[in-house]
Amino acid sequence: MTVLFGIFLLTLMVITALAIVHTRHLFVAVILTGIFSLLMAANFFLLDAADVALTEAAIGAGISTVLFLGALALTGEHERASTSSRLLALSVVAVTTLIVIYATFDKPRFGDPLAPVHQHVSPWYLEKTSEAIDIPNVVTAVLASFRGYDTLGEVFVVFTAGIGVLFLFGARPPQNPGSPGKITAKPGQGLRHYLIPRIVGRLLIPFILLFGLYVQFHGDYGPGGGFQAGAIIAAAVILYALLEGEAQALRVMPHKLLIVLMAGGALLYGGVGVASLMLGGNFLDYSVLAADPVVGQHRGILLIEAGVGITVTGVLLSVFHAFASRGKN
Amino acid sequence: MELLGLYHYWVFAVLLMIGFYAVIAKSNLIKKLIGLSIFQSAVFLLYITMGKVDGGTAPILQAGVENPVFSNPLPQVLILTAIVVGISTTALGLGIVVRIKEEYGSIEEREIQEIDRR
Repeated sequence: MTVLFGIFLLTLMVITALAIVHTRHLFVAVILTGIFSLLMAANFFLLDAADVALTEAAIGAGISTVLFLGALALTGEHERASTSSRLLALSVVAVTTLIVIYATFDKPRFGDPLAPVHQHVSPWYLEKTSEAIDIPNVVTAVLASFRGYDTLGEVFVVFTAGIGVLFLFGARPPQNPGSPGKITAKPGQGLRHYLIPRIVGRLLIPFILLFGLYVQFHGDYGPGGGFQAGAIIAAAVILYALLEGEAQALRVMPHKLLIVLMAGGALLYGGVGVASLMLGGNFLDYSVLAADPVVGQHRGILLIEAGVGITVTGVLLSVFHAFASRGKN
Repeated sequence: MELLGLYHYWVFAVLLMIGFYAVIAKSNLIKKLIGLSIFQSAVFLLYITMGKVDGGTAPILQAGVENPVFSNPLPQVLILTAIVVGISTTALGLGIVVRIKEEYGSIEEREIQEIDRR
């Protein structure tokens, strides 16, 4: 039954992707991308990846759609008919698809427990997590502790991308932009004059924030962690900005605070690494953070997950504001 | 049933190439970025699919469960962070597109190249 449902979802995803590429109306394409991400999240859930599903739902279906819409408001919604040689592209794509499909016949069957991917280091992680780190969620244990270096790198990539967007938009726009920005209603007004979004939004925002905090701090025990929580909290603030107007959202969380959050989270993460160096361990070896190594691991994971959450929230919100405030100039 | 086991991989191949087609054949820069994110999602799907074990559950340890079977946590960790990095790079790409629109007044590749040639 689950297999059938999976096949149904996958087929829907292919159809959605075809529609995204086919449509000339970019607004439609962006909304379909949100649907595509939601289908993908459901699919991840069927494939036992609860953490990934949560991330994809928050980021792909939520924040990415908002960012694309923000960019569309600044660039225009219609795509010109492309004049490039379609036939050549189609044939390249068709041939490559066939080659990749041909290659899949050598792959282990879906769900095969003897596949090479399950033989190497993964059983070790599953075995050692309860003993060395003692938290139930193996994904969090691997992410935050066993492969903490990786995650530190990812956090800095996110941080760098945020800085990149701020730099790009640091230059003032030219006086006569190609088309005036068509961002929602008048500046500062948001959607407050619409009854239903206002009431529903106000009811939802506290719960979204609460859920974000739950995902942040319950990440050791269930699906969740800093990446997902950062995205969910950013989504709550973005919803607030859409309802009450961007100026009001900036009054609650000013630019300066966002920049402090961006850098502070990454610094907190790096700081935990340096602290463990100072205490005589290796970089990001949390065992030395407390007398009992397992307690030290718990402490380290809590701190670096907080760092991840803070940076992700700061970067996503800064990027959102960078796009949204551009439309008014 | 034997071939059904490969369906996920075929969908991966098809999605990958749909995304790639948008990147190479479409002239609109936003459409290219959307294509790139489809391409990216297809790779995520490949990784997560490979991590699935028959009869397994999400890799969250539970007390009192006899001989639990878990799906592979490692691809999940890699993809979880990749999704967040993906949105950050997409945001950077969108930022560049918006700046191009401001400087050139267009986001169609062809028109931009023509303006460059002048």
